[in-house]
Amino acid sequence: MQVEAYAGEEMVLNMGPQHPSTHGVLRLELETDGEIVKKVTPHIGYLHRCFEKHAENIDYPGVIPFCDRMDYIASMNNSLGYALTVEKLMEIEVNERVQTLRVLMAELNRIASHLLSIGTYAMDIGSFTPFLHCFREREKVLDLFEWVCGARLLYNYNWVGGVSHDIPSGFVKKTSEFLDQLEPVIAEMDKLLSYNKIFIERTAKVGIINKDLAESFNVTGPNLRGSGIQWDLRKEEPYCSYETYDFEVPIGSGQFGPVGSCWDRYYVRVREMEQSIKLSRQALDRLPEGDVHEMVPRRVKPPKGEIYDRTETPRGELGYYIISNGGLIPFRVKVKSPCFTVLSVLPAIAQGGMVADIIAIIGSIDIVMGEIDR
Amino acid sequence: MKDTSEILQILQEKFPEYIVKSNLDSTAPFLVISAESLPEVCGFLKNDEDLNFESLMCLSGVDYKDPKTEDDRLEVVYHLYSMLKKHKLILKVELSRDDPKVPTVENVWGIANWHEREAYDMYGIQFEGHSDLRRILCPDDWVDYPLRKDYVEPETYRGMPAAASKQFAELAEEGEDLGTNPYRAG
Repeated sequence: MQVEAYAGEEMVLNMGPQHPSTHGVLRLELETDGEIVKKVTPHIGYLHRCFEKHAENIDYPGVIPFCDRMDYIASMNNSLGYALTVEKLMEIEVNERVQTLRVLMAELNRIASHLLSIGTYAMDIGSFTPFLHCFREREKVLDLFEWVCGARLLYNYNWVGGVSHDIPSGFVKKTSEFLDQLEPVIAEMDKLLSYNKIFIERTAKVGIINKDLAESFNVTGPNLRGSGIQWDLRKEEPYCSYETYDFEVPIGSGQFGPVGSCWDRYYVRVREMEQSIKLSRQALDRLPEGDVHEMVPRRVKPPKGEIYDRTETPRGELGYYIISNGGLIPFRVKVKSPCFTVLSVLPAIAQGGMVADIIAIIGSIDIVMGEIDR
Repeated sequence: MKDTSEILQILQEKFPEYIVKSNLDSTAPFLVISAESLPEVCGFLKNDEDLNFESLMCLSGVDYKDPKTEDDRLEVVYHLYSMLKKHKLILKVELSRDDPKVPTVENVWGIANWHEREAYDMYGIQFEGHSDLRRILCPDDWVDYPLRKDYVEPETYRGMPAAASKQFAELAEEGEDLGTNPYRAG
């Protein structure tokens, strides 16, 4: 784009912290020249709740509700990562029923999270209808969670060594019914949004994250796969017996523009929902017998040592770095948030574009401020 | 795919004077290198064809101050990963508490920029040569570094009370009259 030709007076524009399209309390300082953005400076920290400081003052199981509140769209996946890390530190092996239930809940929550992401993204771009369809379906997932553990958003479901509740009777039937009726909705989403000409025009040529940029900034999850890199922790470093499930890893192909565009990232999420349906069905089919509290330790007291472990959440790789000094309280808990890393790439990809493209880019990288600020 | 001892061998041949110590027996083996050698070692780790550490998974500050052990050091921990070769490495740099200085690695991995800002914000570690070393999560005018073990919570921030308010149980223990709940029997 010929920026020089339009050079004129510059203006600083503050987008956020209260702005419907910034997906939370994110402030972007834009240096604009007319409609063209010359520089973007993200300011974060408005939702800083001192997670790491709190974690150093409460016992290991007490950290789990705080994990839920980081990425409040996908709480199941967040607490799963923490529970797995502490279990690894304590060398606890959970039984197969717990593993299967964890996979089931993680995948259902992935569906709910992607539905919200796609719905709000459509609304950011200017299409209101898909939002309603997505939220209708998401409500059904939340109802299922409420049935299992009593909470709709912040579950405290994954414990160290188990899960809080076994599934109620009739849950398997209801869930398979839900999955059956979700499949046509995703096909409908393709008709309604994915191949919509206006949507493609808005998203397929902006916000390109190429391979080098993605590697340098450690972009992970659907954002990385949108750049055409086949990488999924569920395949590469399987946890919860993901290696025994049959599923594919969709990647961005650059169907309507360069690879790694906003459309690619969006489309990876749509295809991932199909894979999550497949995974949930397999989990429902196998569901072995067992006690979900079998391996819950009476006192969570890991030996002295440290560990860094990561899992694949709907937003990418969530890493926990836990140092234990042999006590009941963690010495240090550091969270590597996938949204944090992907937001830091924004100044590089938004430069030289239009102000309206910023909205398209922020929606497509799917950030949750609770996880960035912690 | 290489494990930490093999990587240590390669590094020992290349940079014998930079490796301070290594711990290979624990479940999370790590290498400690000297602070000033960091950009050179990291550049080598990233660009070497056999090692190829193209991603920095995590960068954390850690404060080891402990009254029991009289330990008094700060650490920066680098978790590296190679997607191509599928191996991992943990690098550590030990710093003194009074003058924690370490060169930046933002020229090697772009993501280090924000991670280093966070470590500066929480531990006060100075990353020399960093392009934009500001606080990232706390407000710009926040005093002191909150994740240090000897951090004292401020009483107020800009006139607003900042310390945690006393819990009802504590107040009741101190003999404070909390009133009665009209909905409770008795």
